[in-house]
Amino acid sequence: MASIADWPLPRDIPLPLPADSILLQTLLVVLFMWHILFVNLMVGGSLLTVVFQLIGRQRPDFTVLARAIAGTVTVNKSLAVVLGVGPLLAINVLYTVYFYTANALTGGAWLAIVPLVTIAFLLTYTHKYTWDRLANARGLHIALGMAGAGLFLVIPLIFLANINLMLFPGRWLQVEGFLSALLLPNVWPRYFHFLTASVAITGLFLLFFFLRAGCPVETKLRDLDRAGLRRLFYGISLGATALQLLFGPWVLFTLPGHGMSWYLIGVITTGVVLALWAMHLMWREITAPLARAMPRAALIFVLVTLTAFAMGYGRHVYRESALQEHRALMAAHTQDAGWLAAAAAWREATGQQVLRIPMGQRVFESTCAACHAQDRVLVGPSLVEIAGIYRDDPGGIAAWTRQPGRKRTEMPPMPAFRLDNETLQAVAGYMLERVAGPAPIEGG
Amino acid sequence: MDFPVFHLDFFGNRLLIAVIASIHVLINHMLAVGAIPLIAWLEWRGIRTGDQRWDRLAYRLLVVCFIVTTSLGALTGVGIWLSTSLVNPSAIGSLIRVFFWAWFFEWTVFAAEVVLIVIYTLSWQSDWARRRKRTHLALGVLLAVNSWLTMAVIVAILGFQMDTGIWTAQPGFWTAVLNPLYLPQLAFRTPFALVTAGLLMLMLAGFFTRGDREFRDRAVRAISGWTLVFCLPWFAGAWAYWRAIPEATQGNIPIALTTLAFQHYLGPLQFLIFASVAAVVLLGVWGAAAPRRLPASLLIVPAVLAVWQLSYFERVREFIRKPDVIQGYMHANALRPVDYPLYAEDGLLAHAVYTPVREVTEDNRLAAGREMFRLTCSRCHTTHGVNSVVQKFGAMYGWQEWDPQIMRLYLGSMHNTRPFMPPVPGTADEHAALVDYVIALRRDPAGLHGAQTAGAAGRDRLPAAGTD
Repeated sequence: MASIADWPLPRDIPLPLPADSILLQTLLVVLFMWHILFVNLMVGGSLLTVVFQLIGRQRPDFTVLARAIAGTVTVNKSLAVVLGVGPLLAINVLYTVYFYTANALTGGAWLAIVPLVTIAFLLTYTHKYTWDRLANARGLHIALGMAGAGLFLVIPLIFLANINLMLFPGRWLQVEGFLSALLLPNVWPRYFHFLTASVAITGLFLLFFFLRAGCPVETKLRDLDRAGLRRLFYGISLGATALQLLFGPWVLFTLPGHGMSWYLIGVITTGVVLALWAMHLMWREITAPLARAMPRAALIFVLVTLTAFAMGYGRHVYRESALQEHRALMAAHTQDAGWLAAAAAWREATGQQVLRIPMGQRVFESTCAACHAQDRVLVGPSLVEIAGIYRDDPGGIAAWTRQPGRKRTEMPPMPAFRLDNETLQAVAGYMLERVAGPAPIEGG
Repeated sequence: MDFPVFHLDFFGNRLLIAVIASIHVLINHMLAVGAIPLIAWLEWRGIRTGDQRWDRLAYRLLVVCFIVTTSLGALTGVGIWLSTSLVNPSAIGSLIRVFFWAWFFEWTVFAAEVVLIVIYTLSWQSDWARRRKRTHLALGVLLAVNSWLTMAVIVAILGFQMDTGIWTAQPGFWTAVLNPLYLPQLAFRTPFALVTAGLLMLMLAGFFTRGDREFRDRAVRAISGWTLVFCLPWFAGAWAYWRAIPEATQGNIPIALTTLAFQHYLGPLQFLIFASVAAVVLLGVWGAAAPRRLPASLLIVPAVLAVWQLSYFERVREFIRKPDVIQGYMHANALRPVDYPLYAEDGLLAHAVYTPVREVTEDNRLAAGREMFRLTCSRCHTTHGVNSVVQKFGAMYGWQEWDPQIMRLYLGSMHNTRPFMPPVPGTADEHAALVDYVIALRRDPAGLHGAQTAGAAGRDRLPAAGTD
């Protein structure tokens, strides 16, 4: 990825945030946790429905379970959508430029969310309500479930591609459409990380769902009893969580380095430790004597919730630090653009003669001319001297300006100028041109 | 300028939003805001008269509302958001900064609305609801209030887009919410929703009660009465709204030109509007007075009229706010008027983020023109599709050779003769490049690809240069 000076540098929306940034960030993280919980249950639930239905061809108990799980999916999907609007609002207002840029670059897929979700919902409803009617066409019925689950597997990829692309302004000029956005680092590891989390969370949810007081397990199931269900769902949750030991590090190591920090590592390590503790307890539950009811369930629930919060907070920490530097540049650029516009508006309003001054000249005169003159030393070297060093190399001037060294100890050091590359190139070009010939003056 | 430009070059970006938003507003007004109070009222009639048929009819109507609003209704609502943020991210980004807490409140009300409609519908036939009928009815009333509240919040934002009022001088949340058009538009929309929902429910009720002639007459009479009752506040709201609109447009559009611009829209349609409103009233009177003589097939007519009236109202509303997307703050091309002097001095391309061309030269005229088109025209116009820019010039200058000199003059002064168009920003050089691009487009169906397929860097193909 090119240096940050080469990243596109847009202006931000020049209106104040509607609330303190910390409050909005808290809203984003908390509301998103609620949303993703129900997304997990929707995706994990529709996957397990299909898998259980397939197993049910040999073991009828699993068909009974599948049907009950299908009943939870249609409720969870409604909650997933409704609860998605809040965090969407928060991310829109906090990361306007980043989020909308990613949306535009994957526009077709982003719009496709609406019909895809609608179709997925209709398929899930059809699957749920044709359980009896299609009793003689089991293959077709399972196919309906698979189609719904298949869409639920695709839709998260669109969101993931966007949420990933917004973090990498350095890639914005290379991306051409949704499929190319999928090829950026970290999309697929995060996708598998998300899928396994969905299965793990759903396993735990179904454990509580089927073992709740009043669930008619004994009357509905033939072979499986409560102990068997406990082993089954803890097993699913434990197996999926164990897979995260593979996907988790994969996510972490493919994260581009510009957002890494020891604080982030600390947050994620906390999450990992809590998850390992939860896994240990799940294992104890699976192997424990069957007589006792679920003694460790509450603690496991708390540990998994805390793990999810640690990971959710961790991704927010990464996002903030990955964008920090670019945001600072963008804020400065937005302010400058506002001043430039105000000055131009004032010139227009006062009817001043407007000369069209090229950007390089304008920035040079407002930023550099106080120290650099044409052919004598003011504070820094003269343009003639500079042109002697960088005759055909404006990029050299730009690089120096971004990160100046120090050649003359008798003078103050030159400060680094955090201008975007384009501006620097224009300034450098103007400097060389001015030495080579008379300063261009254009009437406008 | 600051975002990669999403663009649909055949249907156009306007049509994308229009289709999604129209479906949403039809569902919202006719199946939620207007229909839920009507359904609760029918349920109440059932309780009061002890006639179970009212209850059954109310329930069947509710099931239709439930299925459509929670699927297509909810998702087109999200769709408006996704499509507007693709087409005009600067505008929606600005609106969200101003109206964040309004939207946030609307979201909590919406969440409650979904929960309530699920409970109201799914519990209707339960033992609990049969025993506690009045409590169940209270749920319906609460749901109706919630549905109205979601609309009431969004109307504030729509009003703000048309007239920002004192907000530009005193920016703030409440100066934005209490814009001059908010309350008049709300006063108009509320009975409008109640009337149009009545018209649609009239058709559905006629269908659901087709087996019971005697009850059909009673249902048609009741719902026709409902529609007639709300016609009066509807007309009053229309009057208040109409009075508020000219004040909003006076500031930036000379009145004379407004009428000029509206002429070909309103002229032939004025008759249709009055005719359709008269038809609604007549059918209402007919249904209320002599339901038996009202043939069932005729009940489709008011429903169709309601759909047309709502769609047409939205179209006019969108037209009135032109040339701005946020009146006085941002033009429909996503550029702010306060930035225009800067663009006039430096050039628009000099300040654009995603353009391969920053300065117009002899070698890059077409690329510069294409980027000008992308940045200043493509939010509303396509190259060769719906609302095509080539067609517009063809309609004006005919299909002989176009004179670039004249076209440049036109670009410079277009906003004076077409008050719904924002001024073209940038320098004379950039206007000239844009003209060259449009002329080249006419000969070459190359079209323009949006960032969603061609990327942000403006790498897509240029139309062939040269003359015939």
